[in-house]
Amino acid sequence: MKTNTIKMAAILLASTALVAGCGKKKVEQLPPAAEGTDYGQTQTDPNAGAGQIVPGSQEDFLQQVGQFGDRILFETDRFNVDAEDQATLQRQAQWLARYPNTRIIVEGHADERGTRDYNLALGERRANSAKNYLTSIGVDASRIETVSYGKERPSALGSDEQAWAQNRRAVTVTVQ
Amino acid sequence: MTSFSFYRKLASFLLLIVGSHSVMAQTPPPAPDTDEPELVEFDTSKTRSIAVPALVAPAPADTPAGNSAALGRQIAEVISSDLRASGVFETQGPNGLRAIALPEVTAPQFDYWKGRTVEQLVQGFVRVGGDGNLTVGCYLYDVGFGNETTRLGFNVPPREWRRAAHKCADAIYAKLTGELPFFDSRIAYIAETGPKGKRVKRLAIMDSDGANHRFITNGQSTALTPRFSPNYKSILYLSYVDGNPRIYVYDIDAGRQRLITQSRNPTFAPRWSPDGQTILYSMAVAGNTDIYKISANGNGTPVKLTTSPSIDVGGSFSPDGRQIVFESDRSGSQQIYVMNADGSNQRRISFGSGRYATPEWSPRADLIAYTRIAGDFRVGTMRPDGSGERLLTDSWQDEAPTWAPNGRVIQFFRTAKGSGKTSIWQVDLTGSNERQLPTPVDGSDPAWGPVLP
Repeated sequence: MKTNTIKMAAILLASTALVAGCGKKKVEQLPPAAEGTDYGQTQTDPNAGAGQIVPGSQEDFLQQVGQFGDRILFETDRFNVDAEDQATLQRQAQWLARYPNTRIIVEGHADERGTRDYNLALGERRANSAKNYLTSIGVDASRIETVSYGKERPSALGSDEQAWAQNRRAVTVTVQ
Repeated sequence: MTSFSFYRKLASFLLLIVGSHSVMAQTPPPAPDTDEPELVEFDTSKTRSIAVPALVAPAPADTPAGNSAALGRQIAEVISSDLRASGVFETQGPNGLRAIALPEVTAPQFDYWKGRTVEQLVQGFVRVGGDGNLTVGCYLYDVGFGNETTRLGFNVPPREWRRAAHKCADAIYAKLTGELPFFDSRIAYIAETGPKGKRVKRLAIMDSDGANHRFITNGQSTALTPRFSPNYKSILYLSYVDGNPRIYVYDIDAGRQRLITQSRNPTFAPRWSPDGQTILYSMAVAGNTDIYKISANGNGTPVKLTTSPSIDVGGSFSPDGRQIVFESDRSGSQQIYVMNADGSNQRRISFGSGRYATPEWSPRADLIAYTRIAGDFRVGTMRPDGSGERLLTDSWQDEAPTWAPNGRVIQFFRTAKGSGKTSIWQVDLTGSNERQLPTPVDGSDPAWGPVLP
């Protein structure tokens, strides 16, 4: 049962990561709408009208934490949480405090300019850095799962510094 | 009975009595890197001309793999293709060469072949036995000397005719270069399709020449980093099937898989020990990755080999199983380290510029292949003490070398800048004869298995 939930969440967050795209420290545009994902089945009331966001849902989370507030970014081969990242994670923690039964998965990612196995290890480090900070400011560790995708799921698709900067990330996704 | 071993013994015997004449290159090649001239014993710059006419089918008969006359031509094609792909030979035939009569197989018309500037001649026959199996005879002649160099016989079920061809090519390659064979072997890899942001990655296997390709997983969950067991019965690989990266052992015949260790932690970078009894893997606990080993039988307890608070990952056993080469960023960046198989005596061996990753110990023990990251990613080799560093490739991103079973050829995968498309390539130890391996779709994470028995 637990496994199923996690698996479903993993599938969901895969599509979320794709759709959300384009995250970077200096935000220039909103993430595109979650069109084409299957949020409907698990996250929103099927009777709710279009554009109506259900409190506590993934969409609500994304809206409340602000533009790209679901993710923190890292320098090459680094996994430290800097002041800007702390502010981002604090907003996430505030939202999580309002929905104490909601669990999250923190995805750790690396850019394509690393070897596969090392990037899996690096993604683990980044996801755990975010998790550790969240727990240090009061989020119960039992609510947080981590998963590393290494370089397998880029958010930005270019092969340049800008794209790599966006891909070195830890993304928080709610488990609904 | 299919009996490669019987025929192998026969072949060894024949080699003993017949193979007195060696045509190995007598002079060492000019080494690009003068401090290590002993690395290359054969001269790939001087190709030898080999003719491979279609094998004769004395009494053509139908088999489940086609008529034996057609098989005679196909076997010659595979032999010719193997030898050509090795980079050591120029081959002629079977296309463009005349048909051979059965008596010629044991009594070649040397003057005719001399007239075609052929140095070596491969002839043979295919016979369908009463049991339905094929007997493939394979003869190698030195045209200049006008004598037989070696002969071999293989008895195979028709569906395995390609293996007889590979065994024949292997015997010729070994005889003429003095190196160990490698054609009759298999490769596990990851077949890739789809756009860069949503890549579908499937476990797949194929022969060393790309034939007999088979997808193992359906692509619903991402598969990565496969490794054939030394006996080819199972494959270690990483799958996200339960949502998290974990290593499974896939049993090829049974079509089932199991986790290598029951743990909620992610496991990755699997490798077999040379005897297939032990599995090496990396596991992240609370974000910190270390290297572990566990018995391959599924009942053992994991043994932790590294303890540094940095990333220790990957690892590859030396052929004698006594040492492990691995990568670690404990110095501040990815570098290559060697330790004893029990984790003791860990020491850094890479000190060049840039980062070093994915070390892989050669089955010949003499070298370690790796990915060097200094701007671009290139595949290189160094001795186990870190000396004699040599880069073999030069591209935007070449990664994850794997050794041919004879330790003379290296496969790796190449990622294209921008598109992220991947392809499998191989290169020999001199850095020459680089070529792409044919795969039905994009390919990455190649893993070369041993020569089949």
